[in-house]
Amino acid sequence: MEKKILMRGNEAVAEAAVRAGCRLYFGYPITPQNEISEYLSFRLPQVGGVFLQAESEVAAIHMVYGAAATGARVMTSSSGPGISLMQEGLSCIAAAELPCVVVNMSRGGPGVGNIQPAQSDYFQAVKGGGHGDYRLIVLAPSTVQELVDLTYRAFYLADKYRNPVEILGDGMLGQMMEPVVFREPEFPPLPPKDWAVRGKGDGPRKWIVCLDLDPKGLEELNLRLQKKYRKLEEEDVDYATFGNPEPEVLLVGFGTVGRILRSVVREGEKRGLKLALFRPITLFPFPKRALQEWARKARAVLVVEMNLGQMLEDVELAVQGEVPVFFLGHTGGVIPTVEEILEYVCRLLRKGVRV
Amino acid sequence: MKVVFERPKTLLEKPFTYCPGCHHGLAQRLIAEVIDELGIADRTIGVGPIGCSVYIYEFIDVDFVVGAHGRAPAIATGIKRALPDRVVFSYQGDGDIAAIGTAEIIHVANRGELITAFFVNNAVFGMTGGQMAPTTLVGQKTKTTPLGRKPEVHGFPFRLGECLSVAEGSAYIARVALTRPQFIRQAKECIRRAFLTQIEKKGFSLVEILSPCPTNWGMSPKEAVDWLEQHMIPYFPLGELKVKECLPHEAL
Ligand code: SF4
Repeated sequence: MEKKILMRGNEAVAEAAVRAGCRLYFGYPITPQNEISEYLSFRLPQVGGVFLQAESEVAAIHMVYGAAATGARVMTSSSGPGISLMQEGLSCIAAAELPCVVVNMSRGGPGVGNIQPAQSDYFQAVKGGGHGDYRLIVLAPSTVQELVDLTYRAFYLADKYRNPVEILGDGMLGQMMEPVVFREPEFPPLPPKDWAVRGKGDGPRKWIVCLDLDPKGLEELNLRLQKKYRKLEEEDVDYATFGNPEPEVLLVGFGTVGRILRSVVREGEKRGLKLALFRPITLFPFPKRALQEWARKARAVLVVEMNLGQMLEDVELAVQGEVPVFFLGHTGGVIPTVEEILEYVCRLLRKGVRV
Repeated sequence: MKVVFERPKTLLEKPFTYCPGCHHGLAQRLIAEVIDELGIADRTIGVGPIGCSVYIYEFIDVDFVVGAHGRAPAIATGIKRALPDRVVFSYQGDGDIAAIGTAEIIHVANRGELITAFFVNNAVFGMTGGQMAPTTLVGQKTKTTPLGRKPEVHGFPFRLGECLSVAEGSAYIARVALTRPQFIRQAKECIRRAFLTQIEKKGFSLVEILSPCPTNWGMSPKEAVDWLEQHMIPYFPLGELKVKECLPHEAL
């Protein structure tokens, strides 16, 4: 039987990365994700890998760029303000079509904000973040086990699509301890990394650049990227649902909020309410179609976030006005409670859910 | 007939696209010659910057990675740490290495990263059209110092080579010019020693190459060479600024 180990989220993601074949890590300390680099500073050398503490997040992400260009599995991690500094590099990595994994254990913002868990980096993660028409693949785990499983998936998707993948957690998920099992999943075979820059050897030389001064050439790159994002939407969208298959109110939340909403669904059931949870796991690509189908069954949709309505926009786009969409959010590191959400749901139902 | 002079194997046949009188072509030719002579083309990876020097990947026949403004040293670090037995070099202009990328180059030098940086100093931002660089000389007119650089307003010209030579991890730092045949010979020897410093794992190495930018200096190629010798060399003296013979951590 597989062994269950009690682990902190940050350490679990680090161990999963090593087991997924990550051999290089470059990062810069920022709370609340320092356990990731602390763990990898001893773990990576054990497997012949490289841990290097960079002089800044700007340098760290470009070290990732360099290592990714050689075809190695490489990652970095940070939180809010640090991820902001990495946007330049992420835009370049996306433009150069290189695979890498970035973990964002997000905290309260804007600015330096605080070190409490928040989800206000949603826009930055799913809409591009840096300059240009690019997207990251964004995965949102809600338990430590899922943090592990999605780390394996992140490295696989990064290689499959030659695209940076962000694991968007938060300070709560990074700091909480839960039992986990490290099951190495089987993925379909990946294409060879014949694009990697490793010194030309006997063959022709290769180069990896993130510029194209010819407008036609650059447009071509952009169109290719868009094609990739459409393929992602066809093949790799993921979400989880929980609760009553014929809900009166459909609750939508990701990550840490997803687990709070599970409790809301359970508590609501005890009070005779018909509730269901729809939890996007891939935030980009967003599970539009599935969400729309679920929303149609409900009288109302309630989006709950630890921000002031960022995913809300994507939910509204998916629902397309067919069902009223309501929002409850906290920001700055305030965590919504089960009681508060239930009360909101009850008020909605009492009002007969009129907009 | 005996061939006494030919194109280095590592220099691609494509004609240089630099302005007349620019020394980027000369500098890149010398790097290609040294790569040939050391026989390392198959295991060398170059890292390009942003600025006129970005085009190096079109001319030198080795693997290349090009990243954002100033970040080449960090990219080179990522490559070298992933592939420690390869020869990794960056090629950067003064705006790239001494302004936006100062943090990266200082820390690469201080870590003793086993890479070689070529730093082409022409005292001006070339590609963006001739604005002040950190290396612009006092009194020098540029697009953003129309009345000449004034230290009390713009600060002083930055001697990056000297700055990096105090870093414990740097092993070889030299400054060269390409305005005379004997300077070119010395420059080539410095480029060779810089690569060897990396191959022998002694630490970080950098060759600063003083270079004219006739286009943005508003001079003919000949005037630009004279100006470089008269004004740049006195402030940026040529020679080897640092030569360390052992691994940086062994010196401690
Ligand atoms: S602008 Fe200056 S540095 Fe750039 S190619 Fe022309 S002469 Fe050389």
